[in-house]
Amino acid sequence: MPEALDMGKHALYVWGSFGATALFMIAEPLLLRSRAKAARKRIARMARLEQENDQ
Amino acid sequence: MSSRLINWFKFSSPATFYPLAHKIWLVATIIAVVLIAIGLYMSFFVAPTDYKQGEGYRIIFVHVPASWMSMFIYVVMACWAALGLVFNTRLSAMMAQALAPTGAMFAFLSLWTGAFWGKPMWGTWWVWDARITSELILLFLYLGYMALRSSIDDPRRGDRASAILLIVGVVNIPIIYYSVKWWNTLHQGSTIKLNEESSMDDTMLLAMLIMTLGFWAYSIATAMSRVRSVILERERSSTWVKQMIAEER
Repeated sequence: MPEALDMGKHALYVWGSFGATALFMIAEPLLLRSRAKAARKRIARMARLEQENDQ
Repeated sequence: MSSRLINWFKFSSPATFYPLAHKIWLVATIIAVVLIAIGLYMSFFVAPTDYKQGEGYRIIFVHVPASWMSMFIYVVMACWAALGLVFNTRLSAMMAQALAPTGAMFAFLSLWTGAFWGKPMWGTWWVWDARITSELILLFLYLGYMALRSSIDDPRRGDRASAILLIVGVVNIPIIYYSVKWWNTLHQGSTIKLNEESSMDDTMLLAMLIMTLGFWAYSIATAMSRVRSVILERERSSTWVKQMIAEER
């Protein structure tokens, strides 16, 4: 580990802060991607159902 | 002048804004990734160890940007809410809706990183002082806004009711900001003052500002990404959405 990343006695607090922030800021965009996919899927399914009903 | 006004109103239509939001998302994502990478490098490899707080002070590089964003996003949401009430534009409410989870996340991270900073420096994870309590109220305002909006079945009514909550809640923002001045708090005073020179080392200050700009770009990116989903969900019965999805498949 590079010396600059050695937080000594404050390691728990520094990495606890940066870790939680990283976790949230990586998870949020991923959740948003799956939300967009789900919305598109739902609309496509609705369109298919409408088409089937019309026939 | 009048042609400019027409241009702005053109983008208040979800159908016109939808493709634009994608472009803004792309640019904001690139800026966020670059700035946060530089900011993180500076936070650990460039900024010196603090003479008083040792390595523990480095929490400032996420704590301050997260706290600023939690307050800033709230004000932006309240502005969108006010615009929505005045002009009755659907997109304004959608923008407020899209910003809320990111704002709540930053309010939570502000409290979380604050607790992780407080423990080694003050000897306690939590204290009911004015700064920390008013930030907690901000988190509750975000959660209250989201709960109120989603509890009303008619989305347009939900928009209006929650817009009023947002606007009333703005009173909390100056309370958070000035709390360290108005009351005797355990929380330290402002690191950056509007009318005075900063008390920080230059590289520390620069790292913090770069992280803040990175968080700012991140917030824009997530808001754009979320507003696109919100538009799809709320406009799912409109012809343009159906057509667009059909063309994609």
